[in-house]
Amino acid sequence: MSAPQRPVPEFDDVTTAFWEACARHELLLQTCSSCGVVRHPPRPVCPSCLSWDYTWKPASGRGRVWSWVIAHPPVLPAFADKTPYNVAVVQLDEGVRMVGNLVDVVNDEIRDGMPVEVAWEDVEDGVTLPQWRPI
Amino acid sequence: MNEYPRDAAAIVGIGHTEFSKDIGRPERTVALEAITAALADAGVSPHEVDGLVKFSLENTMEVEIARNLGIPNLTFFGDVAYGGGAGCGAVGHAAMAIAAGVAETVVVWRARNRGSGGRPWATRGTNRVGGEFAWFLPWGLSRPVDQIAMLTRRHMIELGSTQEHLGAVATAFREHAQRNPNAMMRKPMTMEDYLAARWVSEPLRLFDCCLESDGALALVMTTPERAKDLKQPAVLVCAASQGIGPDHLVMANYFTANPMETPARFAAQELWRLAGMGPDDIDCAQFYDAFSPLVIISLEEYGFCKPGDGGPFAAEGNLRLGGALPCNTSGGSLSEAYVHGMNLVLEGVRQIRGSSTSQVDDCNALLVTSGNGVPTSSLVLRKP
Repeated sequence: MSAPQRPVPEFDDVTTAFWEACARHELLLQTCSSCGVVRHPPRPVCPSCLSWDYTWKPASGRGRVWSWVIAHPPVLPAFADKTPYNVAVVQLDEGVRMVGNLVDVVNDEIRDGMPVEVAWEDVEDGVTLPQWRPI
Repeated sequence: MNEYPRDAAAIVGIGHTEFSKDIGRPERTVALEAITAALADAGVSPHEVDGLVKFSLENTMEVEIARNLGIPNLTFFGDVAYGGGAGCGAVGHAAMAIAAGVAETVVVWRARNRGSGGRPWATRGTNRVGGEFAWFLPWGLSRPVDQIAMLTRRHMIELGSTQEHLGAVATAFREHAQRNPNAMMRKPMTMEDYLAARWVSEPLRLFDCCLESDGALALVMTTPERAKDLKQPAVLVCAASQGIGPDHLVMANYFTANPMETPARFAAQELWRLAGMGPDDIDCAQFYDAFSPLVIISLEEYGFCKPGDGGPFAAEGNLRLGGALPCNTSGGSLSEAYVHGMNLVLEGVRQIRGSSTSQVDDCNALLVTSGNGVPTSSLVLRKP
């Protein structure tokens, strides 16, 4: 029996550019062409100025740990061999937050505000997840 | 804006099935049992029902209820979304229908075999996840407990809540459950027991999590005028509110400017405005407690405590019967049953009637809240 499949993001009309960049190991942030507000998760309309025009700008790839959990069993079968595993929310230098796993870290040593940089995990053909490594 | 129709509807009947891990009957059956029991409690015939309000997640449709109970026609029916956030909103929608005169006798119900029926987060058919789920499921932030644990950790960092604060919530509600013969968890639990339990998603342990239950609950609502002629003492819906707040992402609401400003804060501001009262006027509260930290957060968001003071307030014993604000007096979702919070609404009705197994003296006004971390809702119930 093959290993249970890990959930992977479905790309849509707006998010395809984000995920395709991840597959190239580039972290992009959706930026309003009209008012310059950076927004994440991506969406079609700028909630600040209602513009439909946006560009994708390279992110610094740096941020700080904002919160984290350590998941213990029972978890989804796809994650069962990873327990106990961490999931964090990272606040990027640009101000937006992203969910990710902290890599190359001991779970007990995770701290609030810990500086991190983006790392890449290729999970299947064409799908790469941004992850975060302490610096 | 029009003037809000305060106290324009009354809850006149309540009913429920037993609560268990495996009730052995399908959701349609337990829904019909609970509704029938609520109508009998009210002394109202199904033939008089002209409105039904349900949770969007309900698996039994209105037509199925109507054709089984012989309801001749429905002039009002609708549902409220966002899982556990819906309950007080559903009661609020029913109250608005009654106030507007589009229905006179409305039933609200929730039937859910969540104990035997499996875990919704584990039974997704595909590994492709779209919409909001794309931004947290791929990293294994899969279970509701993981999603609320993330918010809890941040509350601990910013506002100083602790393990022992969470334990004070769980142990207080267990005490209340011990007096409730319908509660699923009636074994005594000390703080030591609480702290010795296994982690589920750090910083949350086993007894920070609600039960997995099968069961159904229903209530009957009508005009305050008609309520005077019915069997039970009327319980007025003083006010009901809903709230979401800005830039919300369901369950994983970490992307807004200040995630410590939860949907409950917005529902609370609106509730106190509509009710024309505030936290000081409330004698008892039933806070949505799918996870213990939601109670501490709600104490703060509804204004009973300043941000950061909810945990110490709980640790001082204030949530227990006899405390400053007795909460979740049936045992709540943590120790009575988890049926998306509908048991909290029914317990609110019992407190106002004076028939709770952990009755608060002179309970004149009471708060009920629905799930937070999702679009939420709340109610003030009171005596006529």
